[in-house]
Amino acid sequence: MQSIISVQNLVKTYASGFQALKGVDLEIRRGEIFALLGPNGAGKTTLISIICGIVNATSGSVTADGHDIRKDFRAARSKIGLVPQELTSDAFESVWRTMKFSRGLFGKPPNPAHLEKVLKDLSLWDKKDSPILSLSGGMKRRVMIAKALSHEPQILFLDEPTAGVDVELRRDMWDMVRSLRDSGVTIILTTHYIEEAEEMADRIGVISKGEIILVEEKNTLMRKLGRKQLTLHLQAPLQQIPTQLANRQLELSADGAQLIYTFDAQADATGIASLLRQLNELGIDFKDLHTSESSLEEIFVSLVHQR
Amino acid sequence: MNTYGISAIYRFELARWFRTLVQSLLSPVISTSLYFVVFGAAIGSRMAEIEGVSYGAFIVPGLIMLSVLTESISNASFGIYMPRYSGTIYEVLSAPISAMEIVIGYVGAAATKSIMLGLVILATARLFVPFSIEHPLWMVSFLVLTSLTFSLFGFIIGLWASGWEKLQIVPIMIVTPLAFLGGSFYSIGMLPEFWQKVALFNPVVYLISGFRWSFYGVSDVAVGVSLGMTFFFLTLCLIVIWWIFKTGYRLKA
Ligand SMILES: Nc1ncnc2c1ncn2[C@@H]1O[C@H](COP(=O)(O)OP(=O)(O)OP(=O)(O)O)[C@@H](O)[C@H]1O
Ligand SMILES: [Mg+2]
Repeated sequence: MQSIISVQNLVKTYASGFQALKGVDLEIRRGEIFALLGPNGAGKTTLISIICGIVNATSGSVTADGHDIRKDFRAARSKIGLVPQELTSDAFESVWRTMKFSRGLFGKPPNPAHLEKVLKDLSLWDKKDSPILSLSGGMKRRVMIAKALSHEPQILFLDEPTAGVDVELRRDMWDMVRSLRDSGVTIILTTHYIEEAEEMADRIGVISKGEIILVEEKNTLMRKLGRKQLTLHLQAPLQQIPTQLANRQLELSADGAQLIYTFDAQADATGIASLLRQLNELGIDFKDLHTSESSLEEIFVSLVHQR
Repeated sequence: MNTYGISAIYRFELARWFRTLVQSLLSPVISTSLYFVVFGAAIGSRMAEIEGVSYGAFIVPGLIMLSVLTESISNASFGIYMPRYSGTIYEVLSAPISAMEIVIGYVGAAATKSIMLGLVILATARLFVPFSIEHPLWMVSFLVLTSLTFSLFGFIIGLWASGWEKLQIVPIMIVTPLAFLGGSFYSIGMLPEFWQKVALFNPVVYLISGFRWSFYGVSDVAVGVSLGMTFFFLTLCLIVIWWIFKTGYRLKA
């Protein structure tokens, strides 16, 4: 599949001498939702800012939809919408005016119907004449998204779009992002909420200290690194794990009421059957059991810590 | 050419101005009126005519220039400094719009405000003193050129400033003194010979002289020189701005 954004050997050294990006290569596929994860200061915002033309790269190249972001900046930038991490807005302007400004700035003729649709999708229509100053933080963030969508971009960058947005709204936003993807927009988002990446992304990239350390299909990633846990809720609490079970990957909860078995879901023999048989022989009864997959969060933490 | 982009910036800037139109126009109008009451009526009645022009009428072009210079600088510098300060500049930087187009939008809007302001002061002055304009076309040309040049200059200050104080320093410390000493209230010819020579280093002298000539046909320096100097400053500002954008100075990390 042809990539819509292609980043090659991108290096950024800030004036302070700090190297924020150390030769980043990244291909974003057309029509996907790509989640970029990484701890604070990893270089996520720097990377996005370079692609969008806000920060100058030290070396390396970027193309957006085949257009070099420097030589062919008009074609490249008109394809891109950006929702920056910082909430910045012209406080005294009305939502509607600021949207009109954004659309014009990107060289598009006025289209009130489109702006209306965007505002309605973001539940901002009733606020269209309010000054931005009078909106709540979550609403302001949605205004930023509305501005980015005002010029019908093909590629949308969302730098921590759901920071400071309540749970219900976050769901709405996810739905909105998905429907954008369904309409053909490629979405690149950064987030600290791993569940967000898990929930939405097609592919996940992890950046740490200015280097991309992993890019993978979300499902492959989950499968590859995924471990499962079997939790048994015991009839009678145990004092300790019986010696007969010592050679198994077992843990006992603090109150002794749950026995937790960790296994590799990918393995041919998970050992569950034999474990249950053995428990039966030892007369350890349980009233309930469930299995769970390790979350992306755990995968992520272990990845960044390995470095 | 991103004409929608230019017009978006231009309209946005004018809208900002219209929101505070009353303050924007009222304060220069009041201060001009005060000048006329004090200098024109009170003192002016005891002053001799200067080169055949009554003192009240003589100071009209200088007063207009004074306001146009300071307002051009403060409007244009504020216009670009504000988004830099608040962070909203990100949108302009990420838009498919060239440096030149950005400048046209911001500077065009600032110059428009100055021109309108100049005309309002002109009309106000007419209420206090009778005068006629000998070369209306040249008058408008000088007004437009000066507004443009000093809006460009203000834009540069707005790009350069790293704090609110710096935004004020150049207008207060340099431009206002130069404008006062540049012959707003007197003819350079009234100065001792030595100071006349010094005055020729003051760029504002050329602007005011040319502008006054368009009113009354009298000037301190030849009109051609005034015009030439105005274009010289205009070009200088354009070169500086071109350099700033080329290097990304203070706009891009
Ligand atoms: N203008 C700048 N000058 C100097 N250093 C900078 C500048 N902007 C960012 N940095 C540094 O570059 C590094 C990467 O910053 P960046 O904002 O890209 O991180 P991030 O991954 O977006 O972090 P976060 O999750 O906190 O948003 C940081 O160490 C930061 O201090
Ligand atoms: Mg960031």
